[in-house]
Amino acid sequence: MKYESQLIAKPYFIFAMILFAGQVIFGLLMGLQYINGDAGFPYIPFNAARMVHTNLLIVWMLFGFMGASYYLVPEEAETELYSPMLAKITFWVFAFAGVATILGYLLVPYAELARITKNELFPTMGREFLEQPTITKIGIVLVCLSFVFNIGMTILRGRKTVINMVLLTGLVGLAVFYLFSFYNPDSLTLDKYFWWFVVHLWVEGVWELILGALLAFVLIKVTGVDREHIEKWLYVIIAMALISGLIGMGHHYFWVGPPRYWLWMGSLFSALEPVPFFMMVVFAFKVVKERRRDHGNKIATTWAQGTAVMAFLGAGVWGFLHTLAPVNYYTHGSQLTAAHGHLAFFGAYAMVVMCMISYSMPVMNGRLQGNSARAQKVERISFWLMCIGMLGITFALTAAGIWQVALQRLPEAGEALGFMATQTELTPFYVVRLGFALIFTAGVITYFTSFVVANYDGKKQLSDNANVVEKMA
Amino acid sequence: MAEKFTKSMARNIYYGGSFFFLLLLFGLSVDTVRQLPKRENRDALTEQVIAGKGLWETNNCIGCHSLMGEGAYYAPELANVFDRRGAGNEAAFKSYMRGWMNAQPLPIPHRRKMPQFNLTDEEIDSLAEFLIWTSRIDDNNWPPNIEG
Repeated sequence: MKYESQLIAKPYFIFAMILFAGQVIFGLLMGLQYINGDAGFPYIPFNAARMVHTNLLIVWMLFGFMGASYYLVPEEAETELYSPMLAKITFWVFAFAGVATILGYLLVPYAELARITKNELFPTMGREFLEQPTITKIGIVLVCLSFVFNIGMTILRGRKTVINMVLLTGLVGLAVFYLFSFYNPDSLTLDKYFWWFVVHLWVEGVWELILGALLAFVLIKVTGVDREHIEKWLYVIIAMALISGLIGMGHHYFWVGPPRYWLWMGSLFSALEPVPFFMMVVFAFKVVKERRRDHGNKIATTWAQGTAVMAFLGAGVWGFLHTLAPVNYYTHGSQLTAAHGHLAFFGAYAMVVMCMISYSMPVMNGRLQGNSARAQKVERISFWLMCIGMLGITFALTAAGIWQVALQRLPEAGEALGFMATQTELTPFYVVRLGFALIFTAGVITYFTSFVVANYDGKKQLSDNANVVEKMA
Repeated sequence: MAEKFTKSMARNIYYGGSFFFLLLLFGLSVDTVRQLPKRENRDALTEQVIAGKGLWETNNCIGCHSLMGEGAYYAPELANVFDRRGAGNEAAFKSYMRGWMNAQPLPIPHRRKMPQFNLTDEEIDSLAEFLIWTSRIDDNNWPPNIEG
C-alpha cells in the first residue's frame, strides 16, 4: 500500500460484507416464503423482507464502491486522499442511517414508518428500490456529495488517469441520477418513466463505468499489462455501455404507458447491451494471457475473470433472452425477470466488489503478494460455491419463469391458470432455488472463513519470521 | 484490435457517443412527456386517484404485487385487477375490494399471506379508483390475458 489514507477503505469493505450477510439471510427467508407463505408471517411479511433484501443490496454496493474508490483513487492519483477525516465521518453517518432505516423497515409497519418520517410533507416512499424515507434519501445525497467532493478533490490534486476519470464520471452520474428519486409525480406513468432514470441509468449506465474502472485497476495490478493498452479497452467498453444503455432504457417502456416507438427503439438498443459485457470477457482473458508478471494473489485474478464472465451471462445473455418486445410481452414481470436480476447483480456488481476486496484487503494487511496459499484455496472454494449457487438459482428461476408463461400467459383467457394457481404449480422450482440458495450461503460462510484463515496464517508467518531472526541473533 | 485504432479514437467514441445518445434520450423524453397525458387519460386523474396512489405507496404494495409488470412477483399483477375482478363495473369492483381487504389475512395454511392494513372504507375506495385509473392507461395491450 503506497498511501496511508488508502486504509480508510477497510471499514467500508468490512461493513459492506456485514450487510451482504444480512442480504443473504433475508434472501433465504424469502426463498422459504415462496414455498410456505406462513414463514415469518406476520412478524416479517414478504414485502418487508424484500425491502430489506434489496435495500441492503443497494447499500452494500454503495459501501463497496466507496471503499473501492478510497483505495483506488489515491494510488492512481499518486497523492493522499484529500480528507481522510471526512471519509471517516461519512462512513459513520452512512452506516448509522443505513442501519436505522433497515430497523425501521423491520420494527414498524411501513405505513407507520411513513407517518413517523413525515412522508406526507414530501412523498417519495413506496416505490420499488426507492422505499427509503425521504430523510434517509436526503442523508444519502449528503453522503454522496461529500464522498464525490473528497474523491474529486483528490483527483484534482493528483494524477488524472483514465481509470480515475471514468470512475469519477461514474460516481458523479450515480449521485446526479439519484436525484430523480425525489421526483414523485401524481401520474403513475410519469412516475415510472423517471423512476427508471435512477434504476436503469444506475445499473445499466453509470454503475457499468464504475465496474469497468475497478476491473481495469485490478487487472493492471495483477497482470502488469501496459496501462495504455488497458485504457483503450476501458474507453471502448464504457462507450458501448452508454451507447447501448441510454436508449436501451426503452425496454422498460414497453408496457407502462410511453409511446409505441419505444417498442422498436428499446428492442434495438437493448439488443446491443450484451456487447460491452462480451468485450469485458475478451478483455479480462486477453490481459491475463498477456500478463507480464506472476502476481502472488491468484484468487484476485480469478475474481476479475469471474466477474467478467458472470456479468456477461447475467446482464448480457439473460438480459437479451427476454429483452425483445415480442418476447418481453409474455415474460415481463415473470420469474424470468427475477432470474436475470439475480445473476446480473451478482455477476457484475457483487463480484467486482469482492474482486476489489480480494486484491486490496491483503495489501492493506501488509501482504503485498496476497494471502497465504491456504487462505487463497479457501477463498477459491467460496468463489465456486457462490458462482454455482447463483447459477443454480438462476436456472431454477428461469425454468419457473418459462413454466409460468406457459401456464398463465400463453393460453387464452378461460383456459389460463390464475396467478396464485400458477405459483402453486411452480413450487418444485422454488424448492430447487432454495437448495441452491443454501449452496450460495455456504459459499458466503466459506468466504468469511477465508479472512480468518488469512489472518491466522499472516500472524503465524510474522511470528515465525521473528523466531528465525531471534535464533540467528 | 488493429494498431490503427488509437486511444484517442476510443476516447472520442466514448465522449461523442455518450453525448449524442444523451441528447437523443433528452429529446425522446420531452416527446414522451408531451404524449403521456393522452395515453394515460390525465383528465381522469382525480383527487381520489392521487390519494389512492399515496396509499399504494405508503403501504408498500409494490413489495409483493406488481403493477404493469413492475414490482415484486410474489402476489398478483394489479394493473388489470379491475378487469379481472370488476368486469368493467366500478361499483362492483369497489365492493369486491372492500370485502377482499377486510378479509385479510386469509386463514388458509401455507398460502402466501396478505397483511391486514386496517384501511377505512373511504381509503379502500381511493385505492380502487387508483387501480381503475391505472387499468385504463394505454400500455400497448399488456398483459397478454386477463390473468396478468
